[in-house]
Amino acid sequence: MEIKKGFNVTFYLLIIPVLIWLITLIVIPHGELFISSFLVEDDLGEMVFSLGNYIEFFSHQIYWMTFVKTAIYAIGVTVLAFIVTFPIAFYLTKVASRKNASFLMLLLLVPLWVGELVTVYGWMVLLGDHGIINHFLIGVGIIDEPINMLYTNFSMVIGLLYMSMLFMVLPVMSALESMDDSLIEAACDLGASKWVIFTRIVIPYAMPGIVSGAIIVFMLVIGDYLAPNLLGGKNSLWFTEQIYNEFLSTFNWNEGAAFGFLLLILSSSIIWVALKLSGQKLEKVGS
Amino acid sequence: MIRSLPNSPLYKVGYRVYVFLFFTFLVMPLLAISVLAFNDSDFISLPWHGFTLDWFFAATDEREGLFADEGLISSIYVSISTGLSVAAMATIVGTMAALLFEEEQFRFKGLLYFLALTPLVIPGVILGISILLTATAAGVHIEDNFGVDIELFRPSYWLVILGQFAFEATFVMLLVSARLKKFDRTLEEAALSLKATRLQAILYVTLPFLRPAIIGAFVVAFILSFSNINTTIFLVGSDPTLPIDLYSRIRFSSTPVLNAVSFMIVLTISVFALINFFVSRKKTPS
Repeated sequence: MEIKKGFNVTFYLLIIPVLIWLITLIVIPHGELFISSFLVEDDLGEMVFSLGNYIEFFSHQIYWMTFVKTAIYAIGVTVLAFIVTFPIAFYLTKVASRKNASFLMLLLLVPLWVGELVTVYGWMVLLGDHGIINHFLIGVGIIDEPINMLYTNFSMVIGLLYMSMLFMVLPVMSALESMDDSLIEAACDLGASKWVIFTRIVIPYAMPGIVSGAIIVFMLVIGDYLAPNLLGGKNSLWFTEQIYNEFLSTFNWNEGAAFGFLLLILSSSIIWVALKLSGQKLEKVGS
Repeated sequence: MIRSLPNSPLYKVGYRVYVFLFFTFLVMPLLAISVLAFNDSDFISLPWHGFTLDWFFAATDEREGLFADEGLISSIYVSISTGLSVAAMATIVGTMAALLFEEEQFRFKGLLYFLALTPLVIPGVILGISILLTATAAGVHIEDNFGVDIELFRPSYWLVILGQFAFEATFVMLLVSARLKKFDRTLEEAALSLKATRLQAILYVTLPFLRPAIIGAFVVAFILSFSNINTTIFLVGSDPTLPIDLYSRIRFSSTPVLNAVSFMIVLTISVFALINFFVSRKKTPS
């Protein structure tokens, strides 16, 4: 019984800070976001309930086109991140020697820790009209005029891919690590081709890791601001930029709240569909 | 295709080339800015005009190096102090959350755990605007009713700390939970049967076991805070953090001093990563 007595004090000691964190910084702010998105200023300067902010969104092509474009590009970058990094995750867990793998892992983590701003800036320096890549290509005589790479959809996708792809590698690696090599050996002994081994054994085995990675990558890309803003051109408007404009340029916070809420719905519904399709739980994604 | 199986030479070479290209792609932007930080030119890119340390130390009218630029030094200071505060708060509350969800049973546990995970799927921009809206509404409310203006509720240093803390506590919680799952619960039971209170058992048995994860989580939280921009940009007041300062410089006035700052960040992180690499290799000789 004495155990029971101590239990209560500790329980309240633990739960109170956690409740304060979740209620004041997660629940109330998102409730406020939701409510603000339905408020507009009437002629008298009073805030009144209205669907105006959402009507505004659907009646201006530029808003919903950007929204759709952001969603499509985010899905595209997620798929690309999987294609680009899957061979690397496989290499690091199953092909490379332990020593090499741990060194390469280190290389993999440095860009992640350095932070997005520095890496995006690095890509600006590389891809610019007078940037290093153009300089190099002209230097060796492959081209005469600089290729316009910066401020295009191409540079934006490079930036988005670069900052998000490592979040695909890590969960896929941890899924592959638990895979028994003899599964692959057995398939190989039975005469399966490499393609069959990858598509029928390795990828299905790594699926939980792939889904976790895909959700994180998609989330990061859809909510990203730096890569579209600094690497994308005038035509590469990203939905977060619209939110940013409403808040920090035109100061129409209620319109911005509606945009934010729409983005939240878009990201959570796509994640929900991904979880349903793969039969996973959100708890799994975190671990 | 794996270590134990033979491969055709073509496949082997092809695979190696791909891995090489991938890591080149990864290192290129970091290498580029690091080298250009030493370029004796007034523009951020090539051509190479010779080696100089001007972008670190110069203090003339034409060139102002990193260490002479008071704006930059002050934003670095703001970032470090923000990072330490956020990391400390996130580590404490995140660890409490991990203990709560791993060890306690209570009503609505599932709902609360779900809430604690939501920062993983809420874009940083949305967290930023939500907290900005709420703080502003609260500030206006308090000013109207009590006539006091509280700085915390306006975009400021403190609001940045709260905003970053809101999502980083989740990361700490997950890192600490992962270690807590490996904890042998009988150790705690032994302490309890030796008449320790539950709080004593946590303080003297569980927390020492969690120490490596807690330190790791603190470092992760600091790094996340130091590089955060999506949430911070909406909450920042008159004293910008380093990424906010760099961002406005990149947009409005690029000089090679940006390369120098980036180089310092890359250098710090690399040294740190190498130390971590050798320390952890010593611990696990395999």
